[in-house]
Amino acid sequence: MTALLTIIVLVFILVAIWQMVKIFDLAQAKNENVIAGVATDKDNTLNGYLMMGFLAFIYIITIVSFVKWGDLPLMSNSASEHGPTIDNLMVISMAIIFFVQTITQFLLHYFAYKYRGEKGKKALFFADNNKLEAIWTIIPVIVLAGLIIYGLSTWINIMGVDESDDPLIVELYAQQFNWKARYGGADNTLGKANVRLIDIDRANILGLDESDPNAQDDIITTELHLPVGRPVLFKMRSQDVLHSAYMPHFRAQMNCVPGMITQFGFTPTVTTAEMRETPQMVEKVQNINNIRVENSKKLVAKGEDPLERYEFDYLLLCNKICGKSHYNMQMKIVVETQEEYDAWIAEQKEFKNSLVN
Amino acid sequence: MSAHADNHAHDDHGHHHKETFVTKYIFSQDHKMIAKQYLITGTIMGVIGVLMSMMFRMQIAWPEEPNVLFEALLGKWAPDGVMDADIYLALVTIHGTIMVFFVLTAGLSGTFSNLLIPLQIGARDMASGFLNMVSYWLFFVSSVIMVISLFVEAGPAAAGWTIYPPLSALPMAQGGSGMGMTLWLVSMAIFIASSLLGSLNYIVTVINLRTKGMSMTRLPLTIWAFFVTAIIGVVSFPVLLSAALLLIMDRSFGTSFFLSDIFIQGEVLHYQGGSPVLFEHLFWFLGHPEVYIVILPAMGLVSEIMASNSRKPIFGYRAMIASILAIAFLSTIVWGHHMFISGMNPFLGSVFTFTTLLIAIPSAVKAFNWITTLWKGNLQLNPAMLFSIGFVSTFITGGLTGIILGDSALDINVHDTYFVVAHFHLVMGISALYGMFAGIYHWYPRMFGRMLNKNLGYIHFWVTAVCAYGVFFPMHFIGMAGLPRRYYTNSNFPLFDDLANVNVIITIFALVGGVVQIVYLYNFFGSIFYGKKSVQNPWKSTTLEWTAPVEHMHGNWPGEIPHVHRWAYDYSKPGHDVDFVPQNIPLKDGEEELQH
Repeated sequence: MTALLTIIVLVFILVAIWQMVKIFDLAQAKNENVIAGVATDKDNTLNGYLMMGFLAFIYIITIVSFVKWGDLPLMSNSASEHGPTIDNLMVISMAIIFFVQTITQFLLHYFAYKYRGEKGKKALFFADNNKLEAIWTIIPVIVLAGLIIYGLSTWINIMGVDESDDPLIVELYAQQFNWKARYGGADNTLGKANVRLIDIDRANILGLDESDPNAQDDIITTELHLPVGRPVLFKMRSQDVLHSAYMPHFRAQMNCVPGMITQFGFTPTVTTAEMRETPQMVEKVQNINNIRVENSKKLVAKGEDPLERYEFDYLLLCNKICGKSHYNMQMKIVVETQEEYDAWIAEQKEFKNSLVN
Repeated sequence: MSAHADNHAHDDHGHHHKETFVTKYIFSQDHKMIAKQYLITGTIMGVIGVLMSMMFRMQIAWPEEPNVLFEALLGKWAPDGVMDADIYLALVTIHGTIMVFFVLTAGLSGTFSNLLIPLQIGARDMASGFLNMVSYWLFFVSSVIMVISLFVEAGPAAAGWTIYPPLSALPMAQGGSGMGMTLWLVSMAIFIASSLLGSLNYIVTVINLRTKGMSMTRLPLTIWAFFVTAIIGVVSFPVLLSAALLLIMDRSFGTSFFLSDIFIQGEVLHYQGGSPVLFEHLFWFLGHPEVYIVILPAMGLVSEIMASNSRKPIFGYRAMIASILAIAFLSTIVWGHHMFISGMNPFLGSVFTFTTLLIAIPSAVKAFNWITTLWKGNLQLNPAMLFSIGFVSTFITGGLTGIILGDSALDINVHDTYFVVAHFHLVMGISALYGMFAGIYHWYPRMFGRMLNKNLGYIHFWVTAVCAYGVFFPMHFIGMAGLPRRYYTNSNFPLFDDLANVNVIITIFALVGGVVQIVYLYNFFGSIFYGKKSVQNPWKSTTLEWTAPVEHMHGNWPGEIPHVHRWAYDYSKPGHDVDFVPQNIPLKDGEEELQH
C-alpha cells in the first residue's frame, strides 16, 4: 500500500514539473537570440551552481553514510586469525579511495562551476601536456604496486594451508537448501564419499563409503562447532547446484561445487560467548532488539506473535544463488573452548551408529 | 564497397520516391534508420528492465507485504499481491540480462555505432547495409524471445544473469530452468549473432570507408571507442556462444560439459566428469570484456561531448586512444577476478589480482584527462554535458571500489554481497546509462531533426543524479556489513535486521529515480513530433556529422563527401575568429596542424 501511495505522489510531482517546464518554455520563447534547446548563459550559471550543490550532496551522503552506517561494516571485530590482516588492508584501501574520491569529485564539480560558459569568453586551447600525463600515470602505478604487493601477500597467507599444524578437518556439505557439517571423528580423517552412494533409506545422506574404515567414526551434524584457537580446514562439497559457504565474521568464503572438493582454512580466535560481550556486538544486538521490539508491536496489533529476542550467533550463509530458498539457507556456527567442544562432539552419533538397516 | 556506397548517392533522387513504408521504416538498410530502430527497441527493453528493478526493490524494502502493483503485473506469481520467491529471482535475472545486453550493449553501442560511424568518418553508409539490417532484425527477434520467456508456465530464467550451471541446467533445481532458460539461451544465441554481424560491419567500415584525409589519428574518440569495442566483441562474444551451446547440449542432449556427481530430488543424475568452473571461465571470458563493451562506447561519447561543450580540445588525445587500447587488451585477461573463490587455484587468483589492478592505470588517465578538459574551458552546460560530467563522477565513485573487489584477499569477504552490486551499478550501469543519455541529448537533433526540451533534460539529469547516488552509495555499506545479494528477503533471520531501514531509503530513491524517467520518455517521444526544429549544427561541433543536412537522405551528403583536413578537436584554436573549426575546413596559410 505504501508503495502505491508513493507512486501516486510521484506521478503528481511529475505533473507539477511538467506544468512548470511549460511556464519556463513560454517565458524563454520571447528571447529571439536563443537557439531552442541550447544552453544560455542563464542555464550555465544555474547549472554551475547546481554542480557545487551536487558536490555538497556527494560529500554529505558520504559523511552521513559513514556516521550512520559506518559501524555496520565488518571492518573490525573479526573472529579469525587472518581477519585483522584483511581488515587492515580494507582500511588502507578505503582511506586511499576516500582521499582520491574527495579530491577528484571536488575538481570535477568545481571546474564545472568555475568555468561555466559565458558569451564572448574564449576557452584555453590546451591539448596536451606530457609532464602532467606522466604524473597521473606514475602516481597510480606506485599506489597500485603497493596495494598489489600487500594484497597478494595477504592472499597467499590466507589461502596457503599448512597441514603440518594439524588442522581440524571439517566437511561443509551443501544442498538445496541447508548445510551439514561432517567431522572426521577420532582419527580426524574424513571417509570417502560420493553422491552416488547416497542411500536415503539407510540414512546415508551424504553418500559416505560404508566400506571405508575412515568413514565409520565420521560425525554428521547440522550445527558447526569449532574449538577456539585451533586451525580448521574446511573441505566443501555440494550435492546439487553451486553454493557458497560464507562466514562473514571470520572473513571466510568458498564456493561449494558439485563434482569437486574445494577448501578454505582459518583459525577462529573469539568464542561465541566472548563475541557477544564485545562492545560493538552489544551495541549492534541492542540496536537490532530495539528494532524488533518496534516491529513486534505492529505484529501484536495485527494479532500475530511478537518476535523473539535476538541473541548473537555466528552464521554460515549461502552466498551463491541456488534456487527458491537461497535466502533461507544458513547454519549456526558455535565457537567454544576445547572442553566445551569435546563435550559436544562426544554427544554426537558416529556414522556407523546412525545408519538404519 | 565504397563504389557501391557512392552509387547510392548518385541515384538517390531516383530512389527517394520509390521508397515504401516497409523499406524506409521497417526493413531499412540505412544506418540512420537502423540506429533509431536500435534506440527505440533498446528504450522499450529499458523500460521493462527498470520496472523490474522497481518491483524487486519494493520487495526488498517491504518484504512479503502485499502490493497492488505486484498483483497487477505479476499475476499468478504474486498471489494476494505477495511476491513469490521464485519470481523475485527471475526479476533479478531478467533485469540484469536486459540491462546489460539489450539496453547497454545493443541499445547503446547499436544506436551510436550505427548513427555515428558513417557520419563521422565521412561514409555514405555502413560497409554492408544488408548485414546491418539483418543485425538489427536478429536483435529484434532475440528481444521478442526474451520478452516471451517472461510468460512461460514455469517462469522465466531465474538463475542470475550469469546462469551458472547446474542451477541453470536442471529444471528440477528451479522452475525457471525449464522452458524459461531454453528461451533465454535461444534469445542470447541470436543476440550474439546480431552483435557479431554488427561488430564486423563496424570494423570493416572504420578500416575501409574513411573519407579522404581522415587518418586514424584524426578520428573522433567516439569512433575509436566504437572500433575497439567492436573488436572486443568479436574476440569475446563467440566464447559465450560456445558456452551457451555447450549448456544447451548438457540440458537437452545429456552431455556432461558442466555437470558432474549430482544428487537432486532423491535421485542421482547420470552426469559425470564435467565442471561448473569451466562454465564460469567461459562465461566470464565474455562477461568481463562485456562490461568494457558497455562502457567504452559511453567513454567515447562522453569524450566527444565534453570537448564540444567545453569549447576545448579533449586533453591528451593520444593518451585517450592509448588508454582505450590498454583497457581493451587488459579486459581480456582479467575475467578470473569474478572467480577468486570459485574453487580455482589460488595462484591463478594472484595472477588475476595483478592484471585487474593494472586496469586502474588507464582508467585513472582517462578520468584525469576528462577533468583537465574542463579546466579553463567555456563550459556550455547543456543536458548532454551534465550527463557527461555525471558520467565521470559515477565512473570515479564506482571505479574506485574496484581496487577492493579486484584484490583477491578483500574479495573473500565482499564477494557476492551488495558491495558488488553497488560497485558495478555505479561504474558500468549508471555510468554507461549516463553516457547513453548524454549521447541521446547530444545527437537527438542529428537523429530526428528536432531538439529535445532542455528544461525537461535538466530536471531529468538532476533528479536522476541525486537518486543514483541515493541508491548505490548506501548500498556499499550494507554490503560491507555482509548482506548477500539475491536474497528474496533479509528479515528471515535477525542478523541483518538493522539494515532494513537502509534498504527502505535505497528503495525510495530507486522509485523516484525510476519514475522520473517518465520525464525523459515524454521528452523523447514527444519531441519526435513536437520538438523545436533543429539547425544544422546546434552545438557548434567540429565533426563531420554536423556538415550533413538536417533532413536525412540516403548517402548522407548531397554531392561529394567532405574531405578532412584536421583532427576533430580544433575548439578555441588561436588564430581563428570562431571557437570551432570543423574538420572539413582546410588549414589556413601557415597554420600548423597540432602535433597532438
